[in-house]
Amino acid sequence: MTSPSNVAAGCAAPDQSAPLPASVDLEKETVITGIVSNADGDAVGGAYVRLLDGTGEFTAEVVTSPEGVFRFFAAPGSWTLRALSRAGNGEVIVDATRGVNEVAIGVTAT
Amino acid sequence: MSRDTALVSADWAEKNLDTPGVVFVEVDEDTSAYDGGHIPGAIKIDWKQDLQDPVRRDFVNQEQFSALLSERGISNDDTVVLYGGNNNWFAAYAFWYFKLYGHGDVKLLDGGRKKWELDARTYTKDVPSRAKTNYQAAAPDLTIRAFRDEVVQAIGVQNLVDVRSPDEFAGRLLAPAHLPQEQSQRAGHIPTAISVPWSKAANEDGTFKSDDELAKIYGDAGLDGSKDTIAYCRIGERSSHTWFVLKELLGQQNVKNYDGSWTEYGSLIGVPIALGDEPGKA
Repeated sequence: MTSPSNVAAGCAAPDQSAPLPASVDLEKETVITGIVSNADGDAVGGAYVRLLDGTGEFTAEVVTSPEGVFRFFAAPGSWTLRALSRAGNGEVIVDATRGVNEVAIGVTAT
Repeated sequence: MSRDTALVSADWAEKNLDTPGVVFVEVDEDTSAYDGGHIPGAIKIDWKQDLQDPVRRDFVNQEQFSALLSERGISNDDTVVLYGGNNNWFAAYAFWYFKLYGHGDVKLLDGGRKKWELDARTYTKDVPSRAKTNYQAAAPDLTIRAFRDEVVQAIGVQNLVDVRSPDEFAGRLLAPAHLPQEQSQRAGHIPTAISVPWSKAANEDGTFKSDDELAKIYGDAGLDGSKDTIAYCRIGERSSHTWFVLKELLGQQNVKNYDGSWTEYGSLIGVPIALGDEPGKA
């Protein structure tokens, strides 16, 4: 099956570390992507990254790839990215614009 | 139904991994999570491969469900404990199937994979082998499944609960924000539907909020306890999560899941659609 039909059929996030599908139009999409890492700078796979909107409302959540990579398709504006993991939690605020927005999230034990 | 019968904690699960007659089942769309490590003793069900009909646009029927559970080694009198990723969306969706097909004792693991992971509990890659059974599903209980015509009839009459994100409700997005947005159907929501995103019902770690918190959330949003209720989302799994909350945790009568959801409704010709953050008029 092609990627778009998988997407239309389901709700699970696509492979987070795979290249962007060719069907994704970066003229229109607002992609927020990056890596979750711990205090030592090591990538944290299996972390839960939550996308919260400008009012703090939950919007979406993905699990990072083994390389610590996450990706959202959002809209331009202010977003909070909150990561939860065995290695601890962390959060970052991003002002996203159309195209690809790269964000690094550090997590520390609480 | 209540929290005591419909939900189990991760602590309970850990103590009952080897209890005879208790079967743990991981349900996901992406079963690579299971393959990379799962709760010891758990079997897997693939939301798409196992639970959807390969030809008709529908989910598995009574015979297909019986065959699936027989093949996986689940008996009618087993206690089935479901869990999964995505905050238990697909596990809740499977829970709804088990109820629809009359399974006696089925429960959700509170928090699903996420809580298990954040608690740093044990995973295994060992796949258990279970002897085949002769599972007999009951005829589908359509008192918990809504179809499109009754959804249209319910506009302005019943509680319609749209559990998608606020941006999907308003028509600003067509799909959740972790998915590409290219889709062809119309955006918006069913007129008179109240917006209560599924995530309102869950804590950050994926567990359900308390009954008091849940009752307040839906009450404040305008859910009328004297009316029947239909929950919907985009493809029916997030709304299974809310269906579970309203029916199994809060014990409301006459709650249906509209599994056709926005993917069907937003493609129907001639039905009314509301845009923006307000429910809109009938």
